[in-house]
Amino acid sequence: MLIDFFYALRAARLPVSVREYLTLLQALQSGLVGPANPDACSLDDFYYLARTTLVKDESLFDPFDRAFAAHFKGVQAVAGEGARAIPADWLRQELQRLLSDEQKANAPKLDWDELMRTLQQRLAEQTERHAGGSKWIGTGGTSPFGHGGHNPQGIRIGGPGGQRSAVKVWEQRLWRDYDDSAPLGPRHLKLALRRLRKFARQGSALELDLPDTIRATAANAGWLELRQVPERHNLVKVLLLLDVGGSMDEHVHQVEALFAAAKAEFKHLEIYYFHNCVYDFVWKHNQRRQRERTATLDLLHTYNRDYKLIFVGDATMSPYEILQPGGSVEYANAEAGAEWLQRLTRHYPRHAWINPQPLGLWPYQRSIELIQQLMGQRMYPLTLRGLEEAMRVLSK
Amino acid sequence: MKFSGSPHYVASPDLLLAVNAAITLQRPLLIKGEPGTGKTLLAEEVAAALGIPLLQWHIKSSTKAQQGLYEYDAVSRLRDSQLGDERVRDIGHYIVQGVLWQAFTAEQPLVLLIDEIDKADIEFPNDLLRELDRMEFHCYETRQTIRARHRPLVFITSNNEKELPDAFLRRCFFHYIQFPDPATLRRIVGVHFPGLKDELLTAALKAFLELRQLPGLKKKPSTSELLDWIRLLLAEDIPPQALHGKEQQLVVPPLAGALLKNEQDAGLLERLVFMNQRHR
Repeated sequence: MLIDFFYALRAARLPVSVREYLTLLQALQSGLVGPANPDACSLDDFYYLARTTLVKDESLFDPFDRAFAAHFKGVQAVAGEGARAIPADWLRQELQRLLSDEQKANAPKLDWDELMRTLQQRLAEQTERHAGGSKWIGTGGTSPFGHGGHNPQGIRIGGPGGQRSAVKVWEQRLWRDYDDSAPLGPRHLKLALRRLRKFARQGSALELDLPDTIRATAANAGWLELRQVPERHNLVKVLLLLDVGGSMDEHVHQVEALFAAAKAEFKHLEIYYFHNCVYDFVWKHNQRRQRERTATLDLLHTYNRDYKLIFVGDATMSPYEILQPGGSVEYANAEAGAEWLQRLTRHYPRHAWINPQPLGLWPYQRSIELIQQLMGQRMYPLTLRGLEEAMRVLSK
Repeated sequence: MKFSGSPHYVASPDLLLAVNAAITLQRPLLIKGEPGTGKTLLAEEVAAALGIPLLQWHIKSSTKAQQGLYEYDAVSRLRDSQLGDERVRDIGHYIVQGVLWQAFTAEQPLVLLIDEIDKADIEFPNDLLRELDRMEFHCYETRQTIRARHRPLVFITSNNEKELPDAFLRRCFFHYIQFPDPATLRRIVGVHFPGLKDELLTAALKAFLELRQLPGLKKKPSTSELLDWIRLLLAEDIPPQALHGKEQQLVVPPLAGALLKNEQDAGLLERLVFMNQRHR
């Protein structure tokens, strides 16, 4: 009944539902794959069918392959290894064993010797492959000779050559790269950022508002009165603070992609840079960062609480850079970086930190832990899933 | 009805099984894959192979689920009522039937293609759940329920730009068309260009696969781009020797604009070729 298989898949954290499982059983019952269909009778075909009905995303194909391999380990294809010459004695014994008494009574009334003669005769007469009948030797029928048929007492003669390949399809692990943590392209980033939507209608009225038109016309005793409404656009305001220089250099491509996606997506986007941690100053242009700076306090006063604050940085530094006054590597700051971060997070209730470092490395860096605490656990990796969670938190 | 491939479309056995499962159990089939691997073409080929008509619904980002069912042309009705037209009495005159309505009320079973469903709004697939499941919907204006006379065979393609909701995925079968391996690629090219000379085919495939393996490409060339490129090569009568350098090293192949579609990739290829040449 494949119930164990179903539970094995669920144990491997695949989101298979009962309905999909019943569909698989229905597919098997309809004879799509299995002994009733001689073209699709191998374990490979069952694997493909199970994959089509149970797994609905290619990022889940690899876990499915592994679960399938673990569950069906050691099950070989049932089909025969090729036709062999069948000794007559063996056939006789088989026939006697397989047919019970009343079945012998019900079966075509043939004597044993006659049965053997009939078989030999049929083998001689039959010059081509046959399927689905009740007389000839073939497949899928009710004749007592052949294979893949519905006569449970039939003698299996020959069979499709089993899959000769030593490695099964699901053991080849073709889908390993399609996981969720695949590298992000700009398009994926834009779509993740698109979750941060708050549509509003502002500006001049350009779109025809049909329901309002109908209402206004009805109220106007049937004379047509057109109503128009401004177009929608995304009203979200984002303040993006990017870490530059030093350890961020290796993540520069990813951050560039994120930057380009953000610029395209948000109309009200303000971008400032900092190094390692935010202190008294941030700057807009990296070449002129020594001369043209913006005080962080000015930032707090210019952009109100409606703005969503997003930090992008690897949070990798010595802990004293965060905790000590004077800890900045560039100048002597009067207040510790932690103070500044707290000031920012208190002012902007919707904030998040996006970290290009892989999630697995975070526990090994003390500074990442510190910043996570300061951010109220709102630090997310720069993967698709991380970005989506960050956006979900920001849009609350 | 069973689909066993078509002379113009090379389908892998798992794809054939998925299509036949969708036909037998009468469920929609969701197809994903890299762009250019033949997702839309599959529906056309299945319709041609089974000899049944094809209805297509190409989804845009502004498409609403209601547009697939029907649209009520209120403004025409208002205008006609003011002009005193007799057709105003029956609201049925102002219902414009959508693709799903046409598919459900068709005389014979047909193939319905919903192309690029992930382009639409994120709630779009959820709005079609009942229609895909029970193949029926209710028309509010005319107070009738439209039920499918014959369940159409529904193909849904997606470019994986958005995640599709779970409730929608439960109701479909799923298949991912992988980029073909070199042997299948050869067969595909053979199907489209039957008279192609073997050495041109080998040289083109080699150049194409090398190009695909370049590190750092923004958009890898796909099967449909390969076929376009070969068509251009044949039209311009380019010999197989021009596709490779003298000692079989990497060169910028002629008409590479058919394969590399943005300037960063073209620039990357030129730089790699230049660096390759400098090492000799």
